Amino acid sequence: MRQALHAEWTKLRTVVSTGWLLVTAVVLTVAVSALVAAAAAACPSAGCTQDTTKLSLTGIELGQAVIAIVAVLGIGTEYSTGMIRITLAAMPRRPIVLAAKGAIVGGLVLADGSIAVLGCVLVGRLILPGNGFTPAHGYAALSLGDGPTLRAAAGSVLYLALIALLSLGIATAVRDSATAIGVVLGLLYLFPIIAGVVTDPHWQRHLQQIGPMTAGLAIQATTNLRSLPIGPWAGLGVLAAWAAGALLLGGVLLQRRDA
Amino acid sequence: MTGTTAPYRSSVPAGRDGFVQLLHAEWTKFRTVRGWVIGTAVAASVIVLLAMLTGSGSHAEVCVGTSPSSAKCHTAHPTVTLGPDGEPVVDSFYFVYQPLDGNGSITLRVTSLTGVILAGGGAPAGNGGSSANLAAGARSAVQPWAKAGIIVKASMREGSAYAAMMVTGGHGVRMQYDYTHDTSGLPGAVSAASPRWLRLIRSGATLTGYESAGGTNWTEVGTADLAGLPSTVQVGLFVASPPYQRISQHLGGSSGTQSFTLATATFDHISLQRGNAEGGWSGVAVGRGDLPPAASGGFHQSGGSLIVSGSGDIAPTVGFGQPIERALVGAFAGLIVMVVLAALFITAEYRRGLIRTTFAASPRRGRVLAAKALVVGSVAFIIGLVASAVALPVGESLLRHNGNYIYPVSSFTQLRVVVGTGALLAVAAVLALAVGTLLRRSAAAVTTVIVAIVLPYILSVAWVLPAGAADWLLRVTPAAAFAIQQSVPQYPQVSFAEANPANGYFPLPPWAGFAVLCAYAALALGVAAFWLRRRDA
Repeated sequence: MRQALHAEWTKLRTVVSTGWLLVTAVVLTVAVSALVAAAAAACPSAGCTQDTTKLSLTGIELGQAVIAIVAVLGIGTEYSTGMIRITLAAMPRRPIVLAAKGAIVGGLVLADGSIAVLGCVLVGRLILPGNGFTPAHGYAALSLGDGPTLRAAAGSVLYLALIALLSLGIATAVRDSATAIGVVLGLLYLFPIIAGVVTDPHWQRHLQQIGPMTAGLAIQATTNLRSLPIGPWAGLGVLAAWAAGALLLGGVLLQRRDA
Repeated sequence: MTGTTAPYRSSVPAGRDGFVQLLHAEWTKFRTVRGWVIGTAVAASVIVLLAMLTGSGSHAEVCVGTSPSSAKCHTAHPTVTLGPDGEPVVDSFYFVYQPLDGNGSITLRVTSLTGVILAGGGAPAGNGGSSANLAAGARSAVQPWAKAGIIVKASMREGSAYAAMMVTGGHGVRMQYDYTHDTSGLPGAVSAASPRWLRLIRSGATLTGYESAGGTNWTEVGTADLAGLPSTVQVGLFVASPPYQRISQHLGGSSGTQSFTLATATFDHISLQRGNAEGGWSGVAVGRGDLPPAASGGFHQSGGSLIVSGSGDIAPTVGFGQPIERALVGAFAGLIVMVVLAALFITAEYRRGLIRTTFAASPRRGRVLAAKALVVGSVAFIIGLVASAVALPVGESLLRHNGNYIYPVSSFTQLRVVVGTGALLAVAAVLALAVGTLLRRSAAAVTTVIVAIVLPYILSVAWVLPAGAADWLLRVTPAAAFAIQQSVPQYPQVSFAEANPANGYFPLPPWAGFAVLCAYAALALGVAAFWLRRRDA
């Protein structure tokens, strides 16, 4: 397993695009969060509550797409270049290969995601008070010392890692980068859109409960938890189930099929 | 030695390298990849399947009963009042009227228009709306689209044809007729110091509205031809005041509150010219009887003036029922599939090295790109067109079956929505092809295009952003193109606080929104063609 990890790490590390994509993920995530924080307006009237933590973490919705590319390319390029045959010849125990890939990609995304999330919290802390989100209006400055904010921030990092694992599993199953990224983005983005179109409240709730993005991002909420379709950790659990299912499917197909 | 050997000539007829051959070559490349053909089938079926899902997941219920626990509900939608053109309208106001036989005219002066917002259940408002004796809970504020003036109406039936001259709370003098038509006159609010004179002349089925600031110099505001206007119509004074809407926005949703309002107007110098004998004024609250007593309105005479108060609105209904494009939500899914296929159409050539053969066979690279764009664009257009032509009636009938009221639109609008969905997929595919040509990496190209088109839409409808920023996002990003699916018209003369993307109202008109995506695609295609020539394949 150590050799497998080392091999996967070398493969991922020596591809130029990995570094660029990881930097892009951080930059885009923080940039979108900064723009949203700058555009957000605190409404002074009662009955209007903004979740400043969630607001500051909006960039994740874009950053996850870049993270998905990193993960998809982690196995997709092996199939497009034929490298997969060499990999499997060197390491015939295929589940080990997938596990090693998952560990390396997941670890890398955890590190990258931490930087991005810290950046988001920082821009939120710096920009939001300028828009009226001040303690005088009932909004404390964003701080990781605050329990729910810490949960949202740490959960967002885990969210990105789970998105990476989901993408890796799907890419292993479909063996093509473009198709895999299409499937991943479809799974992420279609649930909230359809949930917004159906009008039955229980349909909306169920769609939001099973959608990997809608459920997973519940981890970012710090206010009004009662009105969420699914609890923060349960939501992250749904995403984890999606990731596990995708990895399982990918693993089984990898084991069964010719490379 | 004489005699030369003839140079070798192949017996195969010379190939031609016209654009048609290029198209044929690219079409052959597309249709012979099995995965791509399956992909187009997936795109089409997912559009239809999501229409069925949307239809199944949307029920409308009408409940009868006093308390939520004892109410009996059944699948249906509330009764809809239809206007002369068949569109749903709201027609409720206080009417001080008398009959008019044949031609005639009505002239009067409006000297004040005030209003109150009634507390939740409609607490009694103050006497005549004067702010001094407002009942507890009511607030003094005239609605921008509170209306007071003169009206000629075909009958007392809700939804019957009419033409009216009016002053409004915040939009000056207007002439409106048959619910959807609106012409503006003098701006500014009405007061005792700056009254407004209004006149409406009936001649057959034609009504002409005039306005004046002083009662001597009259200006024509507009004319209305009300087809089928009966000989005897109702003429008189009216006051209406639409509900006060307030939207509070929070992450993940919005909640609206609505309060009844009551407007009160003072009229004097009322003169009615007509053939039939002079009668007295009668008052009636036209419209549904669901108004609380405090909002039902009334009138009384004081000296030479008539003071009328009323609630309600005479306007097209907005935000009621399901727009037809609900059935086409699958366009998002179809678009994702077509973007993947279009990006692969060029990136697969780079990956396999086929691009070098392609360029060797037809060295004019710009034409190759044009042929590819035409092929993949046409495929996407046909898939989108056929799938939405199937999905629309399927989704509509399911929605109807589940009791939903489908907002009626003309067949031209239906055609625009269906063809527009096909065009949306086509242009998105061309954009993906161009980005794929530039990036040469399928995963990056697919992600760029999908994120650029779909994510701004999600951010706009998910209440993450304040309304202004969300509108802005749907003006400048490729997501603006989904405006092509908007079937419900937007009326500037109706204030609808919930006219936002989440409810199917886009900030740009349909074709303008679509043009934004076209501009992105054209730009990307131009840049791609430029770099295709400059770079090695």
